[in-house]
Amino acid sequence: MIERRLWRESSHDLTGKIFRINWVFVILLCGLATVGYVALYSAAGGSPEPYATRHIERFAFGLLLMMCIALVDIRFIARFSWVAYAFGVALLILVLKIGHVGKGAQRWLDLGGQQIQPSELMKLGLILALAAWFHRATWERMGNPLFLLPPLIAILIPVGLILKEPNLGTAMITVMLGGAMFFAAGVRWWKFALVVIPVPFVARYVYQHLHEYQRARIDTFMNPESDPLGAGYNIIQSKIALGSGGLWGKGYLQGTQGHLDFLPEKQTDFIFTMIGEEFGLVGAIAVMTLLVLIIWAALLIGLRCKHQFGRLVAFGIACDFFFYCFVNIAMVMGVIPVGGVPLPLISHGGSAMITMMVAFGILMSVQVHRDVEFPNTDRD
Amino acid sequence: MIRREINPGSVFTRRALLVGGAQTLLLGGLAARLRQVQVQEGDHYATMAEDNRISGRMIAPQRGRILDRFGTVLAGSLINWRALLITEQTIDVRRSLDNFSAIVPLSDAERTRIERDLHHGKSFIPVLVKEYLSREAMTKIEVNGPDLPGITVDAGTSRTYNYPYDLAHILGYVAPPNESDMTGDPLMELPGVKVGRAGIEKFHDLALRGRPGVVHLEINAVGRVIRELDRTDGVNGDDIGLTFDLGLQQAIQKRLGDDAASAVVLDCRNGEIMAMVSNPSYDPSLFATGVSQAQWKEWTKDRRTPLINKATSGLYAPGSTFKMAVALAGLDAKTISVHDRLNCPGHLDLGNSRFHCWNKSGHGPLDLHQALKYSCDVYFYQVALRTGIDRISAMAHRLGMGTELDIDIPGQRIGLVPTKEWRVSKGHPWQLGDTVVSGIGQGYIVVSPLQLATYAARVATGRAVQPHFTRRIAGAMQPGSQPDDWPDLGVPDPMLQAVRGGMFAVVNEPGGTAPKARLAGQVQLAGKTGSSQVKRVSRQQRESGTFDSKNLPWEFRPHALFVAYAPYDQPKYALSVVVEHGNAGGAAAAPLARDIMTDVLRRDPANRQDGEPSQVAEAK
Repeated sequence: MIERRLWRESSHDLTGKIFRINWVFVILLCGLATVGYVALYSAAGGSPEPYATRHIERFAFGLLLMMCIALVDIRFIARFSWVAYAFGVALLILVLKIGHVGKGAQRWLDLGGQQIQPSELMKLGLILALAAWFHRATWERMGNPLFLLPPLIAILIPVGLILKEPNLGTAMITVMLGGAMFFAAGVRWWKFALVVIPVPFVARYVYQHLHEYQRARIDTFMNPESDPLGAGYNIIQSKIALGSGGLWGKGYLQGTQGHLDFLPEKQTDFIFTMIGEEFGLVGAIAVMTLLVLIIWAALLIGLRCKHQFGRLVAFGIACDFFFYCFVNIAMVMGVIPVGGVPLPLISHGGSAMITMMVAFGILMSVQVHRDVEFPNTDRD
Repeated sequence: MIRREINPGSVFTRRALLVGGAQTLLLGGLAARLRQVQVQEGDHYATMAEDNRISGRMIAPQRGRILDRFGTVLAGSLINWRALLITEQTIDVRRSLDNFSAIVPLSDAERTRIERDLHHGKSFIPVLVKEYLSREAMTKIEVNGPDLPGITVDAGTSRTYNYPYDLAHILGYVAPPNESDMTGDPLMELPGVKVGRAGIEKFHDLALRGRPGVVHLEINAVGRVIRELDRTDGVNGDDIGLTFDLGLQQAIQKRLGDDAASAVVLDCRNGEIMAMVSNPSYDPSLFATGVSQAQWKEWTKDRRTPLINKATSGLYAPGSTFKMAVALAGLDAKTISVHDRLNCPGHLDLGNSRFHCWNKSGHGPLDLHQALKYSCDVYFYQVALRTGIDRISAMAHRLGMGTELDIDIPGQRIGLVPTKEWRVSKGHPWQLGDTVVSGIGQGYIVVSPLQLATYAARVATGRAVQPHFTRRIAGAMQPGSQPDDWPDLGVPDPMLQAVRGGMFAVVNEPGGTAPKARLAGQVQLAGKTGSSQVKRVSRQQRESGTFDSKNLPWEFRPHALFVAYAPYDQPKYALSVVVEHGNAGGAAAAPLARDIMTDVLRRDPANRQDGEPSQVAEAK
């Protein structure tokens, strides 16, 4: 009680807030960014230019941004959840209109020299919006289908827009992220079953009624290795790089696949391969362990939070981070056929890094403001 | 249903832990898969990474040289700068070629050939773009390397013949391999590699080729060479040392002048070919750059047949040079003895046919010695009739005529010394008249100058020597250079001695048919003339006395032949000379034989340094 009172007194005290920032989490993030620096130094052929220096500069900026956001009251952030959501949708529409075409899809917006990928921002907006919606939920409400309809639509709108780019991979990640949020919010088990079980049958039906060329595109998407000189080339080279790394790796700056340019996009999507080639299974598993620690640290922040909004936001961000990591690593190993997903805080690329650091800033705000009074307004 | 208050917080806690656990498991699954790729299948992928990184290229070996007996290089290799294209190292072959032709122009014909080679070859085998590049062109290509992905420059070798005209028939030539040469030797796929097409080049092709080397290069994804990892040098082709004396060859060639003639000189003790001239010759280096239509016409229209090696492929009736074989057949079959005297009235009548001696008034009674010395035809008609064609033919074959010789250049023609069976197999009975004319080396009998030289050598030594060119391979002496390497002919020496005496008399005794073949100085030459009719002389012409073969058109004049060996008392060298349409052997061929033998003895290798071993060592 005394402690509680002490907190209340210092809830608006800046030093107190800084004191409450989860520094272990910050250290884990710094560790991840350092891995990124080391890998990008190698990707540039043993040079801090052009990737590694910019990477660490961005991270420093992102860290500062994260600290600032961490100090913003979570209830204030919650108030702007739907604004963030609407902003994300607006950007998605914008990217369809004037987007930069890259690799056959409109994914990028050029904002004053900085390319951003609206779908990344959209996921954050969706997390906030869903968290805000389910913050008001009670057990009874969760059983009411009408209550679940608006958040369902909130997921489907951006998913439809992302599919139109077309970016099937991100669309699927967005669906999964929304589904995870529904699950954490307490939607009944059987409702998930109702949605998930028919999926294979519907997919089969749709597939059979597609045009030949559409089917061919899906086939290549599902099995890129059937086209070794085209879509499958990257995956094959990535597997060769990983496999030839062996248990202990070829040694730092010694990876032949990476340094002789057999490995494509080694500074972005395939950075994990670079690590696996030079540091072997041991290095790769060390990095994966770090990723798992960050996921659990984020989940833990959610578990310790006293209000539903904070819990769901922390959970959503943990899931978002997980999906990035999982999809990226599974992709470079050829386990799933998705492209264009970076490994957060390690891959070179400003947009994903800043988006992720903003997300971690909100996460940290949840941490700092875990005990604030944030009542479910409907109940009062 | 019992309504109960359920705390969203506790639901969240359970489900968040569940999701966190699931996520950890999923990442753990990826780690397990990673372990499979990196540890279990690691070796497989390591090999693939090495294949990616390392490009192995063949280095063409240098074709072995061909040397004469004294180490003079007859055929060698020159550096040939070439531009090559490796398909697997470029994405756009056409662009590379376009950029190349902007630096070094390529003709349409060259483009067509390159396209064809690209179509046929494997992607890692380089395709020849252009060869015989100049220094400047080389530099330009290297400077423009980045615009020419897949194109590399290398130093190949090209064949050079130092004495092309003199040795065309012996050395042969090299040409790009065709389908039938693709027998699995990877060397055959290398651009610019040539294989032997005739002569020594063909016979010793495998030894001359050598084995290709391999260089391993580290390359990046676009095929740029990062560094050379290692290099296994190929084994250059073996040098072939011939038995042959270039100086002698050239001297003979000069002596034969413009005549359509051939001469073969053997070391009669071991069958080593000291010289083999077929006149006129041709310049085979023209084949390398392409023979013009006019040149080709000139060669093929020339009645003197420059493209044919007359020494091994020219077939002539041996005429009187055959008489030693007939004599030996008779002696061997005991149908005559050395001392039997047979009468020559100037002709022999057989049924309704009359066979003339060249001396119309006849030689009277003659023994073998005299018969050879005067070259009496009637004597040998009678010996032939007594002995029979089959025994004559068996002896001729034993002496190397009408039979295949172990000569080490391809393309010999076997000729013919007929048997009764052969004639019957052609659907005709053998006539006695055929036996008669066979006695003086006419009729169906045809032999090559090489066979005549072998014949002379075998008569001279009594050994079944085989004519051959190969003396050393990679410096190592080959069997056949010692008299003991060759079996005895199986003809008793007294018989051979009687025949040799006759050959001695032909040249050295008064009244012999070839006094012109007599050598100046101490050394004595034994030989035998021959003239082989090309056109049958009618009875009327002969009896009218107006016939003189000198008045005939060139192509109807008889061939002039001479076989010889020297020194008479200790035979070292045997030779045969054939002058096509040269009329009489005694007049046309004997002086040539004399001059050639004089040269041979003057250049006797026994008096000279066998220069080859040191030069071979130097070349290695």
